[in-house]
Amino acid sequence: MKRNAIAFWIGAAAFLAAAFIMTKMVGNQYPFFAGYVVLQFIALAVAWSILGGYAGYVNFGTSAFFGVGVYSSVFLLKAFGAPLPLQILAAAAIGALMGFALGLLTLRMQGIFFSIATIALTIIIETAVTNWRYVGGAAGIQIQRPPVTAPFDNYVQLLFFVQAVLVVLAVAISRYIQNSWIGRGLQALRDDELAAECTGVPTLRLKLLACVISGALLCAVGAPSAMYLQFANPESAFNLNYSVSTLAMALIGGTAHWSGPIIGAILLSTTQQLLTVTISSEVNVLVLGLMLVLFVVGAPEGIIGLIRRLRGNRKEGEA
Amino acid sequence: MDLLLDAVVIGVLLGCFYGAVSLGLSVSFGLLDVPHVAHPAFLVLASYGVFIINEHYGIDPLVAGLLITPLFFVFGLAAYRLYYETFEKRGSDAGVRGIAFFFGVAFIIEVLIIMQFGVDQRSVTAEYIGKSWRIGDMRIPYRMLVAFAVAAALTILLTLYLSKTFMGRAIRAVAQDQEALRLMGANPIKVKQWAFGIATAVLGVAGALLIIVAPVDPTLDRAYIGRTFCVVVMAGLGSMSGTLVAAIILGVAESIVLTMFGASWAPAISFAMLLGVLAVRPQGLFGRRS
Repeated sequence: MKRNAIAFWIGAAAFLAAAFIMTKMVGNQYPFFAGYVVLQFIALAVAWSILGGYAGYVNFGTSAFFGVGVYSSVFLLKAFGAPLPLQILAAAAIGALMGFALGLLTLRMQGIFFSIATIALTIIIETAVTNWRYVGGAAGIQIQRPPVTAPFDNYVQLLFFVQAVLVVLAVAISRYIQNSWIGRGLQALRDDELAAECTGVPTLRLKLLACVISGALLCAVGAPSAMYLQFANPESAFNLNYSVSTLAMALIGGTAHWSGPIIGAILLSTTQQLLTVTISSEVNVLVLGLMLVLFVVGAPEGIIGLIRRLRGNRKEGEA
Repeated sequence: MDLLLDAVVIGVLLGCFYGAVSLGLSVSFGLLDVPHVAHPAFLVLASYGVFIINEHYGIDPLVAGLLITPLFFVFGLAAYRLYYETFEKRGSDAGVRGIAFFFGVAFIIEVLIIMQFGVDQRSVTAEYIGKSWRIGDMRIPYRMLVAFAVAAALTILLTLYLSKTFMGRAIRAVAQDQEALRLMGANPIKVKQWAFGIATAVLGVAGALLIIVAPVDPTLDRAYIGRTFCVVVMAGLGSMSGTLVAAIILGVAESIVLTMFGASWAPAISFAMLLGVLAVRPQGLFGRRS
């Protein structure tokens, strides 16, 4: 293992340990409620970037994957009383299948048409779920949490820790992809798909792989959300805000490096949590819109790009 | 059978209305390739403009729509300038960042409307709203007829403008070959800016129709992303008469599904058709490109 890799895994272990110790030390429940949402968005943004950042296929269907994750949990819970790990695994499997279907779409559509198609998918799935009586239809469904298991005293703390594990998983996968031939291939097809295909990059296989991994992770992140809210309805589970927030976080952080989406997600979702508490949820959508426009216009490479530019300037100054 | 006939008639009228609200996008996305997902947000904004004028001065919504048209024209000029300076000028992946940009703009407009007017539905008052015309067993609301007439007039005017006037022809030329236009000594950016202004100006009247046909709320734009893009893509980017035909197809399809399966399936119709068109025939039914 290289030194970088060792440092990364130590960091990941320290992060999980800190999350676990936090559940033991902090008595107040609010940090877990808010922290869960922040972690959820970190995982979403990182998972989104595998397709949207590395491969350059801008997916507006985050809400579709997230919502399917939520509803596969709801269904499994209602039909079989399945435990949380099984819900997450099942959601990941369904997400992988959806990702595969999305990957096939990329055969026919690129650029903005792909993006529009993903919005279309979201609304179609949402409408289908709205008309599915068994899982509550348009009115939504109440969910009973099972009793909490051993090391945790509280179900929200358990969910908080589960989401932290998902974050580590998503980041590890994203980091692995970036450093392997998959990442280089995706980058090549992002820059010029035709040229990549001509030089022997297996573009279709790579695109399908990116779609499947990204889709599975997005769905898996959505799965615990049903338990978190103790309620699910199609309008909020498939809300377009998830798509735009996730995209905004990835773009604000920068998609050139795996750490970009993490920075963006922490920055934006923490701000949003603070604003929701202190002012109102409308203002937090406004901030989302403003930040998105500002960064897309002013810093197209995101915070990562800004840092790199600053460093570059300093180096030039020294030389 | 009567039910089906009813559905088709209402569908045609509804379709014409969809055509009217999609015409602007047919110019901005169809001809100019601007990924204008904020188009429906601009539309809802226009509706609120009409609402203010109608409520404060009691002016007919259609006249109010005409009144805000010049304002929207200028707004469109400014919006394109910003888009051009930040995306098209820089070149690479303008489409992808552009769509993120316009989503941001749409969210900002939504929230500003919510902060100003709240989340309640708003409607306008006029002679023809709330009454309907009886033919036999069928009842056709007058507001749908108004929408139908205005939509037809708008389509004809815009088609004539694009085919008969000098500027209109320049707009179609810039859509076909921007470089050629530059070689002829014209400034393609000016032409595109003008075209985007026209596309946004049309929204003044379209916004009036939107609030005439049904009450408006701040997040209504999300439903219209599917409808307008479905119409424009199905029409085959940039064809005005094609836009009207595609819109009528969508209107009839929505209306039939509404009668047969109920309102809860309606939102998916436009998106399903959009997806179908993109997958099977990306150049649309009356495409400008082969």
